[in-house]
Amino acid sequence: MRTIRIGSGAGYSGDRIEPAVELAEKGDIQYLVFECLGERTVALAQQARMKDPDGGFDPLLEERIRAVLPVCAANGIKIVTNMGAANPLGAARKTAEVAKLLGLSQLKIAAVIGDDVLDACKDGDFGIMEFDGTIKQFGNRLLSANAYLGAEPMAQALGAGADIVITGRASDPALFLAPMIHAFGWAMDDWNLLGQGTVAGHLLECAGQITGGYFADPGYKDIPDLARLGFPIGEVGEDGSLVITKVEGSGGAVTARTCKEQLLYEVHDPTQYIQPDVVADFSQVRVEEIAQDRVRVSGGRGTARTNTLKVSVGYVDSFIGEGQISYAGPGALARGRLALEIVRERLQLTGVAASEWRFELIGVDSLHGAQVSAHANEPYEVRLRVAGRTESLREAIRIGNEVETLYTNGPAAGGGAFKSARDVVAVASVLLPRELAKPQIQFVGA
Amino acid sequence: MTKLREIAHSRTGDKGNTSNISVIAYDERHYPLLLAQVTSARVRAHFAGVVEGEVVRYELPNISALNFVMTGALGGGVTRSLASDAHGKSLSSALLDLEIEDSSERS
Repeated sequence: MRTIRIGSGAGYSGDRIEPAVELAEKGDIQYLVFECLGERTVALAQQARMKDPDGGFDPLLEERIRAVLPVCAANGIKIVTNMGAANPLGAARKTAEVAKLLGLSQLKIAAVIGDDVLDACKDGDFGIMEFDGTIKQFGNRLLSANAYLGAEPMAQALGAGADIVITGRASDPALFLAPMIHAFGWAMDDWNLLGQGTVAGHLLECAGQITGGYFADPGYKDIPDLARLGFPIGEVGEDGSLVITKVEGSGGAVTARTCKEQLLYEVHDPTQYIQPDVVADFSQVRVEEIAQDRVRVSGGRGTARTNTLKVSVGYVDSFIGEGQISYAGPGALARGRLALEIVRERLQLTGVAASEWRFELIGVDSLHGAQVSAHANEPYEVRLRVAGRTESLREAIRIGNEVETLYTNGPAAGGGAFKSARDVVAVASVLLPRELAKPQIQFVGA
Repeated sequence: MTKLREIAHSRTGDKGNTSNISVIAYDERHYPLLLAQVTSARVRAHFAGVVEGEVVRYELPNISALNFVMTGALGGGVTRSLASDAHGKSLSSALLDLEIEDSSERS
């Protein structure tokens, strides 16, 4: 039976770079996938592109490509990535530039475009999935609308000989499904194979999260050598069989436990994991350790894809102002609480307008709120944090300023004040009729 | 009486304003305990002040796991939340603090 090995070289835009080099050098892989595009990243990238028409792709693209391309080219490893963000074509051109500089002009580089569906979204007034309302309500605050494309255009690009495929918004598992479809010729309506392939892609897409990252809990779940965490490899057979593993000698661990945690990561109803290419069913999945750092994952299934594509809509939501200051030693908690009361009163006295507030003490109740944290012991040090949502940057700035004035006006021995004010680009989702997104492939010469 | 932490591990994921938390038995023999005691009502009560919406539980007997989907749990959504942990990544640790009755020691 034919088998391919797919490496996962990044689980988010800022991820470590050298584990991908290790995969390319020692992983015996044929494909290397970089998943670098978070929910809101494409909206921020769209803003960047408005300022610089040649920009708007992943800021680490050049560094990542430069690091892995020589060894990928030497070992015949094909690269698939969503580092195109808001400008896949620009990213492909930049990649071609890097390839040329490295003396690798023979590489074929393809951009997948067409995920940008802003115009289609403006034409139809689609309902927002997360809250009541439609796209129209965003008015001129609407920044971007990008459809989660499926694996097909990426697989076609590979079929047309691409060594590097760069897309914008695409479903994360689809980045991995594309090489499987290309290598094995899976039919686009073989729902069970596409479902099991989606299991593979889903497990691999967060890179280190299945090799022991986001997992360790000393004394309960110990993982060796996290500073040298190895990134995962999916060994996929043409019948969909799957083994998750990693480079021998790298840090971390692949165990049934790491695989189970990642299987359910960001999953809601496990019988319906809705993807552009298939509705995957994870409910019957089994995991089995067959050797050290080798876990077999089977039982993924699927049903027919839906008629819609999910679209991430980026919009300017609000502004957030924030201030922090620390107290330590005996009485730290009481001084922190006094400081919170002072800031609360000051914000009222000076009339700072915000629609939502948080008043909290880091080290006490900042993560899970006062109720969940109620039984905790008194800490040695606390850090006050006040944040508010405002309609303008000017108003947001006033919040951090009020916290900062605690230095000379607040309780004793407050230190390390910090303030910030920023605009919030938020993301909402809509469902777009599938036929309104028209993916295309464009090759770029090195 | 023991803590959920002794018999299960957990991971949090985020999508929009919804958080999901998996609870996975270390030993499949403890899965019935999870089924009986880690109910959506208890999880919702445990996260009082955090979860504004409902908590739905999904069962995955093949991997001895439960998956809790909590709506309105992320301060209006990851991309706009005022929280320092906007993703709610730390929520799994809070859930492992849940009390469990009549359990044997963790394996």
